[in-house]
Amino acid sequence: MVRDPIALDGRIPRPGDHAQVLVVGAGPAGTAAAIEAARLGARVVLIDENPLSPGLMGLDAPLWFGGRMTSAVQQPARMLELMVAGNPAIAEAFEAGVDVRLGVTCWGLYAPGPGLAALPCRMVGLSDDQRSWMCGFDHLILATGQRDVAVAFPGWDQQGVMGALALHSLLNRYEAFAGRRLVILGSGDLALQTGLMALERGLELVALVERLDQVQGDPALAAQLTSAGVAIHLGQGDFAVQGGLDGVERLTLQDGTQLACDTVCMALGGAPAIELLDAASGATRNSPGGRIPVLDGLKTSISRVLMAGDCTGLTLDAEESGRAAARLAVLGEVTVAALPSETPLLAYQSAWLEPVREDVVLCQCETVTLGELLDVRAPAYLGPSTEQSKARSLATLLQDGPPNQDQIKRLTRACMGVCQARRCREQVSLVMARAAGLGPTEGPHAGHRAPVRPLPLSLLADWEEGAVMARDWDVWFGIEGAWTPHHWIGTDRAGTQPPSHPPVESDA
Amino acid sequence: MSPSGAPIVVIGGGVTGLSAAWWLARAGHRVLVLEKGVVGFEASGRNGGGASHYHSPLFHEEQRLWPQMDDLLGYPTEWRQERVIFALTPEHLAYYRYMASVGRELGYGAEDIDARQVRELVPLAGDTVLGGVHLHYGGHANPQRTVQAYAWALQDLGGEIRQHTSVNRLISRGGRIVAVETSAGEIGLDHLVVAAGPHSQRLLATAGLFLPLGMARAEMIVTEPAPLMPVGGADGHGLYGRQTLRGNLAFGGGPHEWLDMDADGPVSRPTSPPTSPLTRNLARRVAELLPKAAHLRVIRSWAGIVENTPDGRPVIDRPADPGNLTVATLSSVGFGLSPASGRAISQLVLDGHCDFADLGRLKLDRFAGLAPDWREQRGWTAAPAEVAA
Ligand SMILES: Cc1cc2nc3c(=O)[nH]c(=O)nc-3n(C[C@H](O)[C@H](O)[C@H](O)COP(=O)(O)OP(=O)(O)OC[C@H]3O[C@@H](n4cnc5c(N)ncnc54)[C@H](O)[C@@H]3O)c2cc1C
Repeated sequence: MVRDPIALDGRIPRPGDHAQVLVVGAGPAGTAAAIEAARLGARVVLIDENPLSPGLMGLDAPLWFGGRMTSAVQQPARMLELMVAGNPAIAEAFEAGVDVRLGVTCWGLYAPGPGLAALPCRMVGLSDDQRSWMCGFDHLILATGQRDVAVAFPGWDQQGVMGALALHSLLNRYEAFAGRRLVILGSGDLALQTGLMALERGLELVALVERLDQVQGDPALAAQLTSAGVAIHLGQGDFAVQGGLDGVERLTLQDGTQLACDTVCMALGGAPAIELLDAASGATRNSPGGRIPVLDGLKTSISRVLMAGDCTGLTLDAEESGRAAARLAVLGEVTVAALPSETPLLAYQSAWLEPVREDVVLCQCETVTLGELLDVRAPAYLGPSTEQSKARSLATLLQDGPPNQDQIKRLTRACMGVCQARRCREQVSLVMARAAGLGPTEGPHAGHRAPVRPLPLSLLADWEEGAVMARDWDVWFGIEGAWTPHHWIGTDRAGTQPPSHPPVESDA
Repeated sequence: MSPSGAPIVVIGGGVTGLSAAWWLARAGHRVLVLEKGVVGFEASGRNGGGASHYHSPLFHEEQRLWPQMDDLLGYPTEWRQERVIFALTPEHLAYYRYMASVGRELGYGAEDIDARQVRELVPLAGDTVLGGVHLHYGGHANPQRTVQAYAWALQDLGGEIRQHTSVNRLISRGGRIVAVETSAGEIGLDHLVVAAGPHSQRLLATAGLFLPLGMARAEMIVTEPAPLMPVGGADGHGLYGRQTLRGNLAFGGGPHEWLDMDADGPVSRPTSPPTSPLTRNLARRVAELLPKAAHLRVIRSWAGIVENTPDGRPVIDRPADPGNLTVATLSSVGFGLSPASGRAISQLVLDGHCDFADLGRLKLDRFAGLAPDWREQRGWTAAPAEVAA
């Protein structure tokens, strides 16, 4: 069979690194999956990106750290120690014979299929703080958990405004939280539990602030907080955070009351971490609890890729789902059926977005305000808007078809920044849904792209690429004669060969 | 406008179809663009944004029109003139200098420059530069903004775009195309322009016309923003790409993957095909091209589908039969050429010939007699699947 000599086939090598069962995420679901798979006799690799590189944390990836980390995050060895000490399941996984790799990030999932037939096997892209490499797998279990969801309010771009999952991580995993006086936004279970944890850890919990008129979570948890003297301010549509050089200094309630604090922690619920699946074109869909994978049991739409734990968006026991995924991978057993969470998180987050004024920045990386988003305003570096541009808006775009977040990204740049839209993906979708007269769960979805962590060129680069890749590298398709100047064709110069389009290296 | 009042229908809301429709609307005609998805969501919104096609008969018009496009359209395209192409190997340097010599031969300003001059224009380049060329013509624009600019400008002139409307087949009667069958019913027409990218082959086959195309995926990566360089249109080292006006570095190049087609198009759905681990080989070359940017983070990769004719050159043609059909496939160079290709297409539709460029070598009949298995003969087909589902 003839093959185009410079096409991709044969140029992506089979990785030297390979796992029979690869588990991503060493939380309760991932560790349970890894241990179970190892007990069933599989060769298991378990990776977790924690301890995170401080560089990623500074970019609010994968969680919304809001710059409230102590210098402890600069000491990876100590973070590693704390992380292992705080999670006995990791030691258990070691003992069960699992190849546990901490500080290793999975940034891409590549599954052969129509359109990607040139791949020699299923593989993921991994990296640590030194290099990146590919790792093949027979079965992949994604147990990537959740990430923080952000909703804008005046002052949310201050240092010290952060997500609840990030706060949990800094307090429990790393002992590296730099704040002392805390206001929590929200009153659902996540907010209430975060408040109780803060008290337990000896932090000063100034108050909880709720946009709606009622406490949203378990009344018993709320009662524990109020009996500890923590105020829960309800019906706060119009609050703002003010800060100074070191970030947050106070939160002002709508009646003017000032709450002095150094940290404002948003706890409106997390989003299932579906980046890897979505970037690989695995099926996902909207649900009341956010964007979730389309699952058959624990199987994703990509063959031999399973999900377990919180990243499924299902109501299930994390450890049990991890073990079920392991049995499914190793033994092929059918799994437990679980229903998607019906908690209407998107509706709740949408309610928080309601009072936001048009001058509030929604996309921090690219500095796009709500007003600019609604106007579909081109970025300021393109100069003043023309009359025609001024007549265009989200409303006029919606006359042409349903809202499309990838289109809005391209035009306004909202969601195009270095945080890879971790801080604004949900809120931009909610704003667009509302503008289109749709419910919060009917909003558009901005697709994820590999690498799903922002990684430096030099680290992502394949410095050991195969000789054939280098030898035959061409800027474009290399079709003979395609670039012969038009005015030469039909003259005696038509056959003139340009200087050869050359190999970069010639050691092949 | 035809006596019946039926519109000129354009299939495909990519840059080619939209530009053609916009030129037709400028000439006062009623146009309707049918787009199966969202405008510009295929190759037209996913390319390198380059506009320096010295090999094309449309080159002069490409160079003449681009500097005027923002004003003509009324919306920003992010167009920036001039390019620096530079080399880290003697072979590349020889090739880039050959390209500049062709530019000079065509009457455009182009200089050979040394390593120091490269670094002045492209400060993120490093000590590994051997030299390069500085083209005072050519340039780059933002593909997505440009697509939307065409679409909006077309609407401003009264043209109509129907998104999420896909054409299944052409309907002929009495030697003419009279209508298209779409997902929203039959639509009558006066003249039909097929500018459906990779899908044009399948659509034309329903009218008995043979347009040979091979489909492949091409990939790009983009970094976080860097400080703006004096010349953003800087590439080389086997890469094409640019620094956007926001500062991001966006580059592509290297091996492509051939794809198979089914009734829905290239078998690589959804619209955004996934990228491959080629991302790492691209990252390496960008880090080598611009070593002072090697610390910048890659924040996205993406892929687009390119249709190639057997000789890698566009088809822009109004075949004699049926008489009311114009075909355009830009075969991998369509973004940069779009201001000119659209104008050429509009002239073919209205006058039957193009008055500013010789399109004689872009006719469909140059492929008459091509073996039906021409793609297999060249290996322009999907790789045999190695991995079972
Ligand atoms: C990675 C990459 C880099 C590139 N770099 C450059 C570059 O730097 N410079 C350059 O000039 N070119 C470049 N190109 C090529 C360029 O993008 C294309 O040549 C150009 O976009 C083609 O535009 P088009 O409108 O002809 O086709 P397309 O963009 O493919 O548009 C065709 C449209 O038709 C629609 N359609 C298809 N079938 C139907 C149907 N049945 N009914 C209704 N609608 C239908 C599609 O949805 C699509 O929107 C690059 C391409 C890629 C992928």
